[in-house]
Amino acid sequence: MTTIATPDAAKADAAIRVRNVSHHFGEEGEARHVRALLDTSLDVERGELLCLIGPSGCGKSTLLNVMGGLFEPTTGTVTVGDKPVRGPMPHDIAFIFQENALFPWNTIFENIMLGMTFQGVPKSEREDRARRALEAVGLDEFADHYPSQLSGGMRQRAALARALSLETSILLMDEPFGALDEQTRMVLGEDLSVLLSRSKKTIVFVTHSLGEAVFLADRVAVFSARPGTIKEVIEIDEPHPRKPEFMTSAKFHTLRDRLYELLHDEIRKSMSQSAKPKRAYEDAVAKGEA
Amino acid sequence: MSAPRDRFKGGLASRLVQVGFLVAISVLWYLATTRWGVNKLLLPNPLNVWDQLVDVIAKGEYLNDLRITLTELAFAFAISMVSGTLIGFAISRSPYFTKVFEPLFAGIYSIPIILFLPLYVLFFGLGPASKIALGTTISFFPVVLSTIAGFSNVDRVLVTAAKSMGASDYQLFRYVLVPAALPVILTGLRMGFTVALLSIIGSETIASLGGLGHRIVNLAENMDMARMFAYIVFAIAIAAFLNTTVSVLEARGKRQR
Repeated sequence: MTTIATPDAAKADAAIRVRNVSHHFGEEGEARHVRALLDTSLDVERGELLCLIGPSGCGKSTLLNVMGGLFEPTTGTVTVGDKPVRGPMPHDIAFIFQENALFPWNTIFENIMLGMTFQGVPKSEREDRARRALEAVGLDEFADHYPSQLSGGMRQRAALARALSLETSILLMDEPFGALDEQTRMVLGEDLSVLLSRSKKTIVFVTHSLGEAVFLADRVAVFSARPGTIKEVIEIDEPHPRKPEFMTSAKFHTLRDRLYELLHDEIRKSMSQSAKPKRAYEDAVAKGEA
Repeated sequence: MSAPRDRFKGGLASRLVQVGFLVAISVLWYLATTRWGVNKLLLPNPLNVWDQLVDVIAKGEYLNDLRITLTELAFAFAISMVSGTLIGFAISRSPYFTKVFEPLFAGIYSIPIILFLPLYVLFFGLGPASKIALGTTISFFPVVLSTIAGFSNVDRVLVTAAKSMGASDYQLFRYVLVPAALPVILTGLRMGFTVALLSIIGSETIASLGGLGHRIVNLAENMDMARMFAYIVFAIAIAAFLNTTVSVLEARGKRQR
């Protein structure tokens, strides 16, 4: 799989560089031992939106967590800029999780302020930045609401606002719209495309949705079934911000079909695998290793 | 535990039924003593009880017993609150300790700890110390169990999210773990308070030198039934007041995290 990573010299300014990363959960020989990710190498270019797509349990979320320093890879290295990743890098990387990552006891505004407190933003700047982030996602009127008072889509906007307020150059999104209904996803996807085309951030976005991947990404990395690695990377050559019309264009459908073709066999393969490995992953998450 | 919304749902009607129930009991009590010929030694006339209650309060006779009972309660609850939350937090930090101690404490909690009272009286004497020891032992378990439960069931996503944003260990504790665990811990503290009060008054009636429970048993032994009932009513009023106060504090603590 070395074909995917361009030689180091040529891509000196890659935002994230993943080299020969493997990750497994549990110890070798244990019943719960799972090889989630196998010898994966990848460069994420500065300013691009890269989608990771693949069958369930293929290791795409694992790779995202490894990139962000939330998991330590079993072997291999990740560098962000010129710094090796050894743990969370709050000044470079912000995460957006699938759901429920807002603190339910804090209002939306307090959630955003707290994120900046954690990151170490000076007190005098926090309020201003929180207001700007809320405006950017269109939630300024909901600053004093609690997460439970908002819809799922609004909560994810709020999570996005919290991540934006941290002003990191990299955004890692782990199926951020995964728990939302199709219509909400579409609207949020459009908004995200507009928002991010202005921000010049580097984004890695894990998704299950072929349409979402084609609509949002500059490149889509397709994973093989477990033990996952990147099978192919597809370019989506369409300028941001993307219009809803793109979704009905012939180009969109060609690309989507191409992705489907690549994924189809892997999904079959992954479905024939037992459910056990997924449980091991969840155990690891529950134990806090994840 | 019902949400405030539920409490006000048809609030007036259910309040009326509750008051009506108490009034009905008082009327039955009155009829039993005046019309149905129940022995005065078993059940005094409620009007006599009322007179006695007024007398007890007017003379301030209750003050010393109340002071003893409340002091015992304050010590017992303070000790179990501090030790229960500290030990509970320490245990919750290790999945291994949680696996070992949680079932152990839950098992001990389910046995009638009041059985240790004779032993505690031997160790600590008839005075307040044995009541404090018993109240502490009994109220420790709900506090420690709820603290373990509260801290070990914090949503992992919240912890991961906080760490990804650079939260320090202290910040994680202060802004994530404590607010997440607090509602469960507060419920445990309220339960601990209730059982501490129960066991302290209860053990005063068994073996003691003073306190409300002691006074009630003393009056019973002297066949002073009307005054004994007056003290029972007084103790119920104090207990209701304390438990309501603690419930209000609990609700307020859950709101302001």
